[in-house]
Amino acid sequence: MDFTPFFVSLKLALTVTIILIIIGAPIAYILAFFRFRGKSLVESLVYLPAALPPTVIGFYLIVVMGPGGALGETYETFTGSSLLFSFAGITLATAVYSIPFAVQPMKAAFLKLDRRLIESASVLGLGGWEIFFRVVLPNCLSGILAAAVLVFLHAMGAFGVIVMVGGSIPGVTKVASIAIYEAVETMNYRGAALMSLAFLPVSFLFLFLVNKLNEER
Amino acid sequence: MSLKVSVKKRLSCFEIDISFFCNPGSISVMIGPSGGGKTTLVRMLAGLDMPDKGRITLGDEIWFDSDTRRSIPPRKRKTGYVFQDYTLFPHLNLFENAAFAASDRKNVFELFEIFRIDHLMQRKPHMVSGGERQRCAVCQALAREPEVLLLDEPFSALDFVSRRSLREEMINIKKRFDIPIIYVTHDINEALYLADEILPVVDGRLSKTWIERPLAQSEGSEQVNRAAREVKLALAY
Repeated sequence: MDFTPFFVSLKLALTVTIILIIIGAPIAYILAFFRFRGKSLVESLVYLPAALPPTVIGFYLIVVMGPGGALGETYETFTGSSLLFSFAGITLATAVYSIPFAVQPMKAAFLKLDRRLIESASVLGLGGWEIFFRVVLPNCLSGILAAAVLVFLHAMGAFGVIVMVGGSIPGVTKVASIAIYEAVETMNYRGAALMSLAFLPVSFLFLFLVNKLNEER
Repeated sequence: MSLKVSVKKRLSCFEIDISFFCNPGSISVMIGPSGGGKTTLVRMLAGLDMPDKGRITLGDEIWFDSDTRRSIPPRKRKTGYVFQDYTLFPHLNLFENAAFAASDRKNVFELFEIFRIDHLMQRKPHMVSGGERQRCAVCQALAREPEVLLLDEPFSALDFVSRRSLREEMINIKKRFDIPIIYVTHDINEALYLADEILPVVDGRLSKTWIERPLAQSEGSEQVNRAAREVKLALAY
């Protein structure tokens, strides 16, 4: 059994997690602390991927990322290669697919933060960024960690969007869930069982870590 | 530099309409029933709430002026603000909390000694008592070397003994830091003990008669009961 697809999955999940924490934290922060016109519109848009079938998200992404799509064309002029059927393509697709799982727990964590701490920090002379890094972030670490774990596990198991956008190119876009599906299709049950088994320790370890960290807090 | 305040702000039930000043080295105690606008007033001084109209100045510095539409943000006002309940940062220990915005970390050690919490520097806020947390909050506010000190019922949640000793420390602070101090309380004993000037605030206005009324006229009022109880407790300790 070739475990390359499993490592592609791991690489994808890690990349997506890092990207989404960086992009998701400011979005969650704005949604939690600011009031502005059209806020519920923005919020619904951010959570939309969780309410759509992965194949539907995949379809729209093909439209945007394809040779005729704005994103696909821009990518091609800069890199000379297609965004579809590439690792960058499935990373982007999985990030779009997982964004609600990053924003939601972080927003919940920011909302739970005592507002008076922020007021106290501003009276003590801190500006916006300083407040974010010195007060908000350290007090919301468990929420951010929860978001990271959710996104990671969600990205590990992504199937529909990746099939649509990336196909199944060994070593590039063939992730573990696709490999399992293909193994079953070709009646290779042993291969499917081994690959499935590989998920167990990783998923378990992550949840165990989160519980352990929460306990120690 | 003395603090001059003259502000108006419409609240849901009444309008705050108040003018007063506070000189450096003196304590103005705001006293009055809960919901009378005292906290809002202090928040306006800190810059956390905005008056509808008026002017707040510290010496030559204009903090707020509705005529010129000028309002300095909280972080630039150099106030020390001790909140009603504990707002220490839970992720930092007491020393880091007090040193959070300290102009010189050496001052923090000194303040911790004055407030007798120097043995608790490494503890997190949840590991110490309410009194110790509020002592640290005062240290945090003073370590910034503020130009005005605002205390909003800082010791109201504490037991009698802690309150009494903190009161004495406040007097020392007043002598040591030559700045205007605004102190909010609804404890009449505290007000009488600390105040250079008492500002009775009722429904957003200064009411000169309020303070005399409950003590002198209405028999068995809450204030009288509390005053009597406190004397007994003082004897007990």
